[in-house]
Amino acid sequence: MAVDAEAQFHVLAVDDSLLDRKLIERLLKTSSFQVTTVDSGSKALEVLGLKEDQTSTPALSPEHNEIEVNLVITDYCMPGMTGYDLLKKIKESSSLKDIPVVIMSSENVPSRINRCLEEGAEEFFLKPVQLSDMRRLRPHILKGKHKEQQLHQEENSNTNHIIISSSNNNNMSNKRKAMDEEVLSERTRLRFSSSSLNVI
Amino acid sequence: MENASGLQRQLARMKKDLFDQGYLDEQFDQLEELQDESSPNFVEEVVTLFFRDSSRLMANIDDALQQCPRDFHRLDNFLHRLKGSASSIGAAKMKNECTSFREFCSEGNLDGCLRSFQKVKNDHTILRQKLENYLQLLRQVGPVDKASRSGS
Repeated sequence: MAVDAEAQFHVLAVDDSLLDRKLIERLLKTSSFQVTTVDSGSKALEVLGLKEDQTSTPALSPEHNEIEVNLVITDYCMPGMTGYDLLKKIKESSSLKDIPVVIMSSENVPSRINRCLEEGAEEFFLKPVQLSDMRRLRPHILKGKHKEQQLHQEENSNTNHIIISSSNNNNMSNKRKAMDEEVLSERTRLRFSSSSLNVI
Repeated sequence: MENASGLQRQLARMKKDLFDQGYLDEQFDQLEELQDESSPNFVEEVVTLFFRDSSRLMANIDDALQQCPRDFHRLDNFLHRLKGSASSIGAAKMKNECTSFREFCSEGNLDGCLRSFQKVKNDHTILRQKLENYLQLLRQVGPVDKASRSGS
């Protein structure tokens, strides 16, 4: 169960500066993330399986979308497609909108920050990005996954109460417990370990 | 030949000087923190990248300053990137001088720009020399237990 909670998440980092890409890659790897770095917004969209003029990923063969990205972290100031443009494209895409996006910038411009947050960015990091900033990423990823799980659980809840007294119940509860452990961050995991999750 | 701890002390002294003189700031510590067995030459690699990047940008700035009429907007773009790179490795003096330079740019103050650029070039040259010395020593010291190295 603890193994699931330590699952490696995949972060896509976007920055036109080679130096900064190297830095962010190291920061992310040191913080146990899997990393892919690209030098532009358009390349980022390619990795995400979206062409610039599309709004949703084509329902194609699995090879196209095999890279699952759990979070996108992007520089704001880039030639061509800015980080803000990339953020917009991601949030406008039906298939990608739930991927958390973090913006980085060397400039502390409140109007810029607000614009990004309003467009759906989870957070705004001021460069140079620090190791301590990396700790703020996981909660955003887990929050997204929790929403996903909740959606599934709601869909399943109808069938759950029907089989509550059957011998299947133990398996269901254990599976749910494992799912919950996977999505919860450390502090809440403690709360749930002695929980109301019924193992009858 | 000095023993390992002697070299480490020398290294720590060198770094302290760089900090005291304002050439480097705590971002450089962050770089050293990121160097470990899985990335044993990280600091050197990043510093090398920086000098490659910054040399190119400074050549661009040189060109831009000589063009007539001056395109201050274009100049500012180069400066933004130079400042960003400097900030990423903790090159404090260069970063600060870039800030002044940008101010002159936004005022269209050519004279200020030229003076500032001269300072940036000097800072760049000095930093390069000092970091080369530092990295040379770092290579000699080899992979070091971080705990012992961070006491500066």
